[in-house]
Amino acid sequence: MKRLVSLLPFVFVFVLAGCDRAQRAPDAGAAIPAQVTTGGSKGGDFGPPQGEPVKAVLTSPPFVPPATGRTQPAKVIVELEVIEKEMAISEGVRYMFWTFGGTVPGSFIRVRQGDTVEFHLKNAPDSKMPHNIDLHGVTGPGGGAASSFTAPGHASRFTFKALNAGLYVYHCATAPVGMHVANGMYGLILIEPPQGLSKVDREYYVMQGDFYTVGKYREKGLQGFSMEKAIDEHPTYVLFNGGEGALTGEKALTAKTGESVRLYVGNGGPNLVSSFHVIGEIFDKVWYEGGTHFQENVQTTLIPAGGAAMMEFHVEVPGSYVLVDHSIFRAFNKGAVAILKAEGPEVAAIYSGKEVDEMYLGDRAQPNLAAVANAARSAKAGALTLDEQIKAGQALFAGTCSTCHQGNGQGLPGVFPPLAKSDYFAKDPTRIVDVVLRGLSGTVKVNGQAYNSVMPPMSQLTDDEAANIATYVLNSWGNPGGRVSSDEVAKRRKEAPVAAAAPH
Amino acid sequence: MRALLVICLLPLVASAGEVTGYARIAGGDFITALKYEDARGPTKVAPFDIMRRPVTNAEFLAFVTRNPAWRRDRVAPVFAGPDYLAHWPAPARLSPDGLGGQPVTRVSWYAANAYCEEQGARLPRWFEWEYVAAADETRRDARRDPAWRERILGWYARPSSRSLPRSGAQAANAYGVRDLHGVVWEWTDDYSALLVSGDNRNQGDPDRTQFCGAGALSIDDRENYAVLMRVAMLSSLGGSDTTMNLGFRCVREVR
Repeated sequence: MKRLVSLLPFVFVFVLAGCDRAQRAPDAGAAIPAQVTTGGSKGGDFGPPQGEPVKAVLTSPPFVPPATGRTQPAKVIVELEVIEKEMAISEGVRYMFWTFGGTVPGSFIRVRQGDTVEFHLKNAPDSKMPHNIDLHGVTGPGGGAASSFTAPGHASRFTFKALNAGLYVYHCATAPVGMHVANGMYGLILIEPPQGLSKVDREYYVMQGDFYTVGKYREKGLQGFSMEKAIDEHPTYVLFNGGEGALTGEKALTAKTGESVRLYVGNGGPNLVSSFHVIGEIFDKVWYEGGTHFQENVQTTLIPAGGAAMMEFHVEVPGSYVLVDHSIFRAFNKGAVAILKAEGPEVAAIYSGKEVDEMYLGDRAQPNLAAVANAARSAKAGALTLDEQIKAGQALFAGTCSTCHQGNGQGLPGVFPPLAKSDYFAKDPTRIVDVVLRGLSGTVKVNGQAYNSVMPPMSQLTDDEAANIATYVLNSWGNPGGRVSSDEVAKRRKEAPVAAAAPH
Repeated sequence: MRALLVICLLPLVASAGEVTGYARIAGGDFITALKYEDARGPTKVAPFDIMRRPVTNAEFLAFVTRNPAWRRDRVAPVFAGPDYLAHWPAPARLSPDGLGGQPVTRVSWYAANAYCEEQGARLPRWFEWEYVAAADETRRDARRDPAWRERILGWYARPSSRSLPRSGAQAANAYGVRDLHGVVWEWTDDYSALLVSGDNRNQGDPDRTQFCGAGALSIDDRENYAVLMRVAMLSSLGGSDTTMNLGFRCVREVR
């Protein structure tokens, strides 16, 4: 009776959809309005398994097993082997992974709500460690952990009924749990709702994890696990599918324009929460937290450690779409990057590609350079004031010098010397003209710190410009003051040949 | 005085890298990494002698030859599982590729226990094993040294598909005992009392009272997870189980 009741909402929607099968499939995922509940675990028992036991198809990432296609509860046999194996975590970097099924993440398991799952966990004879499994899709203490504690060279079995539909993480829970997870012992189990999921063109399996090696990021050789970094939550790597480059280059995910793609994305942790994002795509739907309801039109979705989400998007435009953890240093400095490569004809009406590449001067064009023009006018009239020179110099400095010496003249310690309160100029203010015209290389000591970098000659500046910049610097930031004229610059320029300006 | 005795014994160790016999351990107070409900403060470890290195295949072959009931083809299945000594080419023969000098593995607790009994010895108790294994080459308790821990963990990260070294090939620790870490796991006499829950996250669970008294065990020194992993390993096993990485050594009581 309970079973019948729980099925009623689906039947209702089915009828609404006009009993048209083709119509029903794409709508199936949308079958449950947000206000209606599925009944949770109480509504998930569809009675004893029917028919012969079925062996679950397991797939290695990034692939997903086909839909179960079942309409009745079945007995499903899952056989998963724990394998400890050395694999590449990055190019030239090896790591001893502990895996479910020989891959990180472990094999993808797909069953249907109401199925009775007979789970066999085998631990390879050459394993050093005992292992177990906690499936978040299991209703029962420990998620199966205590019932599946398995010594090397042993196999254990337990059975559960999959009462709640959703996308669930599984992981090892043997002591020390964090270390087993950090070594790659996690994966996903999808418990399909009874009506199945809508049909899409592509399904992929991606899982994020953080890794803690004794050596630095990309330090070559076999790297051991660092418990210290793991406790401090300072990962060396943050990765999709257990390795840098696991989903890039030749191994990138693929799709064609016009196709719909569903991603099953989990986060094994052990520590970090993922801000999962696909650069250049907007998720049409996200079944956040791997649950029953979806949000539409999502840019970035949060996936907790030990959690998962499903997302769908339609590929309109060809190109490479980059999957990242948008905590973005993880992506570009710790490895959390994957690629989905979409092929097909360009669709300029949706995305044009680059149409224009031209100079853009922004606000440098008007108000700032007005001061420069002012100064030039006054100089021509022979009435240039110190204040006009300083204002013009400030505008020119912002465009030419501030990139290195910073807008406040402080420079960057050890790299670009400060101009502010500079003892180098205090000693001899006329030096500044030579530095501007000829650049400066070799060791200099400024305010007690040695600098050894190269400043190219700024000989592209006119005499007026150089004079104004020099005057501005001398009259700013606690420098001694003074005034440099255009004539002085012209004289210095003539006295020694000035090298042509290098590209700056 | 006891330390002197240990030093005096050293020259008796056979030459040419061959290490045999027992080392005398004076015993003393010891803080274990394990936390027993009924134990407070340091544990007293009485003096004992411990084998300087794990028992080898050749030694175990000699034992099996003297006691055919322990041959893999004759042993009662309750005492040793189907993998017992499965790496030997025949029930009473070794391959000539150096297997003889390697630590014996794939031995059940019952078989290891019988071996030690025949020697007038027994398997070490967990505390005894942990006490001796706390040492490195120069210190009797190196457990606070992160380098000590890293070395132990380095072994966990080495694939066990690689061949085992000769037993006793590593440097001796401060007691003159070798290979406590880095080669094989070792049986302890009381391994079955190391009741670590199969699910590591149950500490503080009211259910734990089901393991009464000394069995209710948790890890005191959370930093020292290298020990925790050894205990987890032992607690996953039954007495007839064997693994490719599990061997043993014996101890003798000092009277």
